[in-house]
Amino acid sequence: MAGVTAATAHRRRAHGAFAGRPWGVAPTALLLLGAIYCLFPVFWVLIAATKSPGELFSTPTLAFGTGFFDNVAELFAYRDGVFWLWAANTLIYAGGGALLSTAVSAVSGYALAKYRFPGRNAIFNLLIGGILVPAVVLAIPQYLLFSQIGLADSHWAVLLPQILHPYGIYLARVYAAAAIPDSLLEAGRIDGAGEGHLMTRVALPLMVPGMVTIFLFQFVAIWNNFLLPFIMLGDDQKFPLTVGLFTLLQAGANQPALYNLILTGALLSIVPLIALFLTMQRYWKTDLSSGAVK
Amino acid sequence: MRANRLGAALAVALSVTCVSGALVSCGSGEPAGSPEAAPETAAPQGPVKLTYWAWAPNMDKIVKVWNAANPDIQVTVSKQAGGDDAAAKYLTAAKAGNPPDLVQAEYQHLPSFIAADAVADLKAETAPIKGEFSDGLWNLVTLGTDAVYGVPQDSGPMMLFYRKDLFDKYGIEVPETWQDYAEAARTVRKKDPKAYLGTFSSKDPGAFTGLAQQAGAQWWSISGESWKVNVADEPTRKVADYWGGLVKEGAIDDMPYFTPEWNKALNDGKLLTWPSAVWAPGVLSSNAPKAKGKWAVAPLPQWNAGENFSGFWGGSSTAVSARTPHKAAATKFATWLNTDQEAIDLLVKEAAIYPATTKAQSALGEAPAYFSNQPDFWQQAATVSAGARGFTFGPNVGVTYNAFKDGFDKALQDGTPFSAAVRAMQDVTVADMRKSGFQIAP
Repeated sequence: MAGVTAATAHRRRAHGAFAGRPWGVAPTALLLLGAIYCLFPVFWVLIAATKSPGELFSTPTLAFGTGFFDNVAELFAYRDGVFWLWAANTLIYAGGGALLSTAVSAVSGYALAKYRFPGRNAIFNLLIGGILVPAVVLAIPQYLLFSQIGLADSHWAVLLPQILHPYGIYLARVYAAAAIPDSLLEAGRIDGAGEGHLMTRVALPLMVPGMVTIFLFQFVAIWNNFLLPFIMLGDDQKFPLTVGLFTLLQAGANQPALYNLILTGALLSIVPLIALFLTMQRYWKTDLSSGAVK
Repeated sequence: MRANRLGAALAVALSVTCVSGALVSCGSGEPAGSPEAAPETAAPQGPVKLTYWAWAPNMDKIVKVWNAANPDIQVTVSKQAGGDDAAAKYLTAAKAGNPPDLVQAEYQHLPSFIAADAVADLKAETAPIKGEFSDGLWNLVTLGTDAVYGVPQDSGPMMLFYRKDLFDKYGIEVPETWQDYAEAARTVRKKDPKAYLGTFSSKDPGAFTGLAQQAGAQWWSISGESWKVNVADEPTRKVADYWGGLVKEGAIDDMPYFTPEWNKALNDGKLLTWPSAVWAPGVLSSNAPKAKGKWAVAPLPQWNAGENFSGFWGGSSTAVSARTPHKAAATKFATWLNTDQEAIDLLVKEAAIYPATTKAQSALGEAPAYFSNQPDFWQQAATVSAGARGFTFGPNVGVTYNAFKDGFDKALQDGTPFSAAVRAMQDVTVADMRKSGFQIAP
């Protein structure tokens, strides 16, 4: 999102103040460079996934191989299709976790933005502090805690820690403060709406674009998360794709490393993410236009 | 590499929780007796259910055979990622109180499991099978003590893999001593300035450890209640300086193993040898498929002509968790898996391991497909295996191995002597053991 708005801002400036000056293209060039920098690894995975094991290390880096469909077939056949199980697990973790996390974030963000109550700032500062603590640091303490309550090595062990997401709450609060006019809530109260009614009928619909952002952030974060499920889960039937593919990478020395399967698996595992972003994009467009109403 | 850094991070995080002791009591602080002493229930209700963490391929198929024959002891395999991370994960699980009943444990990680009271002593149960293994291997699961902490599963005696076609082309004899190897390295440089005889990897402490073992190194030993640490002993310094000299004069390359550029060099015939372990055919067939049938195997070059020594790179055992309530059943399974003829046949065929029992080693028949040009592959391996000498690993091999990577990376970068890196390994290892409360004998 930041990239999109930044790009439009730059374009506007390029057409305005700097129009006609030769170095006006510099920002665009810089952004293009950034885009290439970000997209090249994806492109590399795409190419590498088409190579058969024999071609992987012997053909030029950017030459397409001939083994893509063999790789896919082999990946789906690996251990009786365990790839699909891992993909389903990932979907449960990422989809369920992101939905729950968005719900929690939206409600808490709304409450923090629109209600004045003792301790509000304290809670908010605590959350800001929470943003500064990387989730990686918490993984092992969380594992020990979950072990004590007997939930380690269960789906909950991966889902629950990712529901409370300080950054999501922070975003929701900022968004709610900007997107929900106080006067609208006042009008609702005068019309006799209860607080619960206000939240579900007035506030949350206005927050949808912000919630989509939080959902996407959280979905991608959980989809890519490695350390937490790696530590939490012992049962390989509960692994998400990240941990599952890692078992292919570190398969021990006495079997050929399954690079072609790992690369194909990595490629296939980003396809849903790309699809999600493409379909969710239109909500961001409403985000930009809805700001213009005022 | 990322994986290894992750392992280190896990280990660090673990030791931090140990120091603070906030959530769980750690290591020796906990009375190890209680879980172990829990008596096997006299009349078990239903079958005993065991979980087993392993990374060897197709272990689930092998376990299926056991489950069919033993309805009262049902084992579930959970395939894990192997390597240092697997060890860190098992230790974490053991400390949190929910480890699996059985675990595949690499020999070098077993001592850290023992130090954390994470694996059970199987002395009584394994007494009848002791004779199946060579003393060198058995030593790796006893650490030279009276206890037995696992059943050896596979082993990785080191051999010299070389490109037979290119050796013939350049007129190089298979080196019998390391002096010959150095000469051959110089010859290769003269014949083809783009090719190297070999490379020294600063990322693979396991390989260096094996070469040090071949030279007779003894990095750790236990005397009474305290540890003797001698990572920078004379044989190790000799090995380090030998490779350091070759790298410095440019006779061999310094790229790490298992990297894309290394794979490429293997494929393109720019690397002529790989001092590796018996499992190398698996690696070569996936990383250098084009060179199939062009490689051959010979014993490692010796330090003194006429000797017949080797070291170990890799290999693992099956250990039983100290916390399992079903120790007898778990041990029964571990024993079956690693000594029963049917199980070993399956291990060789399905999991592609080099079995640990002496009898099985000499019974291996057909050479790996990649080495179809060398029908005596397994006989060579058995001969080498007989002369392979290991050493007792210490409780903090991970720290030592990380010190290896740091030290040798730096030595390669700055061109400083390798023996200095070995001394740094010694210092880091001792400091870490002191910090963890081990007694160090002078």
